[in-house]
Amino acid sequence: MSTTPATPQTGTDLVKRGMAEQLKGGVIMDVVNAEQAKIAEDAGAVAVMALERVPADIRKDGGVARMSDPDMIDGIIGAVSIPVMAKARIGHFAEAQVLQSLGVDYIDESEVLTPADESNHINKWRFTTPFVCGATNLGEALRRITEGAAMIRSKGEAGTGNVVEATRHMRTILKDIKALSVLDEDELFVAAKNLQAPYALVKEVAEAGKLPVVLFTAGGIATPADASMMMQLGAEGVFVGSGIFKSGDPAKRAKAIVDATLHFDDPDVIAKVSRGLGEAMVGINIDTLPAEQRYAGRGW
Amino acid sequence: MSTTPIIGVLALQGDVREHAIALAELDAIARPVRKVEEFADLDALVIPGGESTTMSKLAVSFGLFPTLRARVAEGMPVYGSCAGMIMLADKILDGREDQETVGGIDMIVRRNAFGRQNDSFEADVPFAGLEGDDPIHGVFIRAPWVESVGAEVEVLARLSAEPYADRIVAVRQGNLLATSFHPELTPDRRVHAYFVDMVRATL
Repeated sequence: MSTTPATPQTGTDLVKRGMAEQLKGGVIMDVVNAEQAKIAEDAGAVAVMALERVPADIRKDGGVARMSDPDMIDGIIGAVSIPVMAKARIGHFAEAQVLQSLGVDYIDESEVLTPADESNHINKWRFTTPFVCGATNLGEALRRITEGAAMIRSKGEAGTGNVVEATRHMRTILKDIKALSVLDEDELFVAAKNLQAPYALVKEVAEAGKLPVVLFTAGGIATPADASMMMQLGAEGVFVGSGIFKSGDPAKRAKAIVDATLHFDDPDVIAKVSRGLGEAMVGINIDTLPAEQRYAGRGW
Repeated sequence: MSTTPIIGVLALQGDVREHAIALAELDAIARPVRKVEEFADLDALVIPGGESTTMSKLAVSFGLFPTLRARVAEGMPVYGSCAGMIMLADKILDGREDQETVGGIDMIVRRNAFGRQNDSFEADVPFAGLEGDDPIHGVFIRAPWVESVGAEVEVLARLSAEPYADRIVAVRQGNLLATSFHPELTPDRRVHAYFVDMVRATL
């Protein structure tokens, strides 16, 4: 060939969103050290999420929750061969820059950490590393995608072991998408206004009947049946936070949730893998959580 | 008149849906398969992209390897992209120590060879045997490359762009086809068409 081939392009939409496509049908597990990361990988996790404390401990200990120690993230990256994600505070672009420099595979701009900016989320287009963000409804999901998120997860209510908020958010996002798909073109302008999201993106979702990025569930998944329910509702994969390492037998529960996510529509498999798991995390009733301790309201 | 091939997509984990859409566009019946009994009437199989360690573990857990290996030995056409390429390799480097593969292609594949996600990239790849002379636009995500191949293996594509010039990224051995990249993520259907033609030739 006479022309020099173009140099490979990194950090494109396609490689960011495509990375999340590869995680579908899988379970991403919160881990706080290399040992937990290995347990997660052994159990068949598709990725691990490195954080300083699991959400249940952030709730218990209080204080400001931040990005993890780089040494801890390096330790996890060195310990496993599956992708490693890590959390940055909402709006804290400098934490995200550090995570990118450490070579994490995905950044979670997460409401579980204490927000660093009460007006602006991170401009995620500026990064090579892709981002996942939480959402409670379609408008919020589309605002995050507008800012460059390449993957969306329900917020749920992390660290509670209570799936009710994840259910609410999954149902809301998917119901909002269904509602768009029956509108005619003339009605999409107002729909965009009501969703507080860009018209072009609203139109794209209305036509495709799905988000332009992968949608996982997160926030309160603690059992194989929880994972099965979320997948049946339409999640494309599952994040499990405190649910695994706050339970009696983490290795066994981790594998059970992986198996349940695969065979989510087969109750015989869910029943089989739900046996003898030991104690689940205790859990918190959302009604008893004061408003200021609810993470789902962080971000907008 | 040829019959419509039934092509399974191994649905343990990964971008199953995208492969199924590509195959359906080429007038094949695409069927996600997860259980041993679902393989019986398949004419061919696609192993999608995904996390190869997870796929391998789930295939062990649910007892799929004997069936997969038997079907490959019988000559059933199989196409693997990315993690699927790893699954079709006789030998892998940088995998987990306990990572099993289906095997069938006499090659050594290096997992995550191009690096981590920040090194994931798009590049045009000249690809032998596709319709037309245009290169295929390859999407490489934490992708493997083929370190070396045996005498029976036909190399279909090598990267031409630096810093990866000459790296082998697509191969065929008999009825087995593998690519490092993800043609299921782009609208160009020529790689899937190549595979569906391979399948039709066996019917």
